[in-house]
Amino acid sequence: MMQTQKEHPIAPFLRMDRIPHIWCPTCGIGTTVKCFCSALSNLKIDLKNVAIVSGIGCTGRVAGYINIDSFHTTHGRAIPFATGLKLANPKLKVIVFSGDGDLIAIGGNHFIHAARRNMDLIIICVNNFIYGMTGGQVAPTTPLTANTSTTPYGNNEKPFNIPHLAASCGATYVARWTALHIRRLTRSMEEVLQRKGFSVIEIVTPCATLYARRNRLGDGLNLMQFYHDNSEIKHGADTKDIDIEFQKKIVVGKFIDEDKPTFLDLINEGLSRKLGEKFIKYA
Amino acid sequence: MAKTELRITGFGGQGVILSAYIIGKAASIFDNKYATMTQSFGPEARGSACSAQLIISEEKILYPYIIKPNIMIAMSQEGYEKYEATMKGEGILIYESNLVKPGKNRTKIKKYCIPSTKIAEDLGRRIIQNIVMLGFFTAVTGLIDYNAMKEAVKTSVPRGTEELNLKAFESGYEYFKKQKK
Amino acid sequence: MKADPIGVLTGSHYLDGDHACAEGAIAAGCRFFAGYPITPSTEVAERISARFPYVGGIFIQMEDELGSMAAILGAAWGGKKAMTVTSGPGFSLMMENIGLGAMTETPCVIANVQRGGPSTGLPTLVGQQDIMQARWGSHGDYEIIAIAPDSPQEAFDFTIKAFNLSEKYRVPTMVMLDECVGHMTERVIIPPAEEIEIEPRRYTKLSPEEYLPYKPCEDLIPEMVKAGDGYNVHITGLTHNEKGYPIINEEVQAVLVKRLVDKINVNAEDIIITEEEEIENAEVIVISYGITSRVARMSIDLARKDGIKVGSMRLITIWPFPEKRVKELAKKVKAFVVPEINAGQLVYEVERCACGNANTYLVPHYGGGVHNPQDIFDKIKEAMK
Ligand code: SF4
Repeated sequence: MMQTQKEHPIAPFLRMDRIPHIWCPTCGIGTTVKCFCSALSNLKIDLKNVAIVSGIGCTGRVAGYINIDSFHTTHGRAIPFATGLKLANPKLKVIVFSGDGDLIAIGGNHFIHAARRNMDLIIICVNNFIYGMTGGQVAPTTPLTANTSTTPYGNNEKPFNIPHLAASCGATYVARWTALHIRRLTRSMEEVLQRKGFSVIEIVTPCATLYARRNRLGDGLNLMQFYHDNSEIKHGADTKDIDIEFQKKIVVGKFIDEDKPTFLDLINEGLSRKLGEKFIKYA
Repeated sequence: MAKTELRITGFGGQGVILSAYIIGKAASIFDNKYATMTQSFGPEARGSACSAQLIISEEKILYPYIIKPNIMIAMSQEGYEKYEATMKGEGILIYESNLVKPGKNRTKIKKYCIPSTKIAEDLGRRIIQNIVMLGFFTAVTGLIDYNAMKEAVKTSVPRGTEELNLKAFESGYEYFKKQKK
Repeated sequence: MKADPIGVLTGSHYLDGDHACAEGAIAAGCRFFAGYPITPSTEVAERISARFPYVGGIFIQMEDELGSMAAILGAAWGGKKAMTVTSGPGFSLMMENIGLGAMTETPCVIANVQRGGPSTGLPTLVGQQDIMQARWGSHGDYEIIAIAPDSPQEAFDFTIKAFNLSEKYRVPTMVMLDECVGHMTERVIIPPAEEIEIEPRRYTKLSPEEYLPYKPCEDLIPEMVKAGDGYNVHITGLTHNEKGYPIINEEVQAVLVKRLVDKINVNAEDIIITEEEEIENAEVIVISYGITSRVARMSIDLARKDGIKVGSMRLITIWPFPEKRVKELAKKVKAFVVPEINAGQLVYEVERCACGNANTYLVPHYGGGVHNPQDIFDKIKEAMK
């Protein structure tokens, strides 16, 4: 007799016909997806009005698994694609779910400008310190001295501190969690889903297959243990003080949360002021 | 006259392009002709010899650039010097008498001049110098219908300045008519 | 469907090609524009930025052309008719996402006001050197549609046409202006809105349960939805099946890529617009496009005065190439003369389609100006020998 299996609570949020997913065992990306789905579920948002955009990379595949309107675009261009999508239909909540390489290296220019404009987008940046999809090359987030396939003698480039980059460019919500902080991460996701403006959540996430192995850090579980032992929650910390160093303390928390007019607010306001009645307000 | 080629030259800020635009608009929108305007772009177009070119024709215009202008309006000495040779010693030269001192060598070129800047200043605004020049041009050449030109001026200048610009146009036009008497 | 009168500036205007292109886009229903300034295309963006607030459109100047191209794709999926405009170097930067547009079958319009290249080349001067790039610029196999106007009036008319074709065939469509047409000012007649035919987006009427994003209709084009309609579509640049799901194997690749190519080629006759003149008894045919076709007309007149039987074929759509027609004509004439403001691009298509039945002569011009009509005339004479 067949056993009736209870459906997983987040199954309705996933494209179950695409499972199993491509991620490695103990990869942290799945955890971030779970948190995201929980946030959607907890808020009971009408999923019709939520769209997700990814770039390219391991995290870039997220768009393919979530059962809402989802767009898997080109490397680095998730933010501008999402910008077009959002502006074309401002009713949509648009989430960019992508990796550190995609968003901060090849897509870095779009990241800083979307932040500057306070474009009403949610950026979920999974930071695993490495290029996963291509086999473990150095990323703009790789900590100094870490080993990658293109820094076989250790990384000698200073990495970006993503919250600081985001904050400096004008992001109006900035938080960092690790894949271990599932409750806090979920709450952050709920917060950004309910606010307006350029919101960035960095999630330090284990890549067991490449980052951990190349650096002899054990498996995914060991990395989670490391996060457990070494992360320090410091809400409101000055983002310039929260650089991530190789196997050192990771400061997490919500650093910035402020209400500021978005790109569209300013456009509508400015043009109404200048053109009066004749201006056809956008959306 | 099937086809006329015209060049307007002057320094940046004199409204060289707008002048050509107004003539082209008058010809093609209000005077049943064809008119193709081209202009120089980039750094060379911002100096003291910027230039706009216009072809006016009774027939559809194919080749978009002027080859040898029949008419040149010069509003700066540099512009005059740079482009005078393209007239190849023929045609009509119209120039701003206080800003341009043409050479004496080209006898076949018919020359007409007007102190358009002075006239514009007397009307209260130096900036309308080019419109004075357009009135003068209209009277000298008879190329474009007088009313078509006025219509084009009226619909091309900033709102609220129509009256002043039309006055400038009239002054330029009358300047030639009086001279002829 | 007729144009929305709010965007149509009915009347006679004296406009340059760039501005006319902008008006064409607005008349066609374009309500999203993303672009990056680059000479000689910037005036299109300027005009749109000034006009959009009055028609309910949104203009954004992006940080670069990569972003501009990605943004218009996003906007198309958000339900807008979207456009970007660029020149030379910017066109190169757009290529990757033009590929994404082709792969995801996203209607959008890219205007390229061509200048002389390569590289920074001649920012303020004319070229027709991006003809092959328009067709082949992004990696992989796909087809696009490209149109070359020869005047501001055509910049208006054919920008509307480009929007219509891009909607009908769900394909990035390019308006290949050039600096000369873009910066030339002439009379442009904008008809009343009710005389402007607009191709609506091919939205599906199927329910979310029945709908498959990449299941083609009879004409090989799938129906579209937009984000927010409740269809939960997945759209990817990866090779995908009818459901839109990535499938990385050669069978699905073959089905998809073949259809992307076929949907344009099978419908080529519906897409292609050419103008033929005195082809019947011609011994030589001049094939030209864009500004060059105006100059070529002068050469043709010179040749006729000389008693040469010369016909003209003007390509308004350059892609898809009128392969069938050129093959037909090749059997009837001695030669084709192809003037282009490049070192020879479309001439290779002509040569290919001539199949050795007629000779093909290129009249190159390396950019920065248009041909001297005499040069084309000389080539016509040479072709007659
Ligand atoms: S390579 Fe690393 S990031 Fe990619 S799926 Fe595997 S564990 Fe995750």
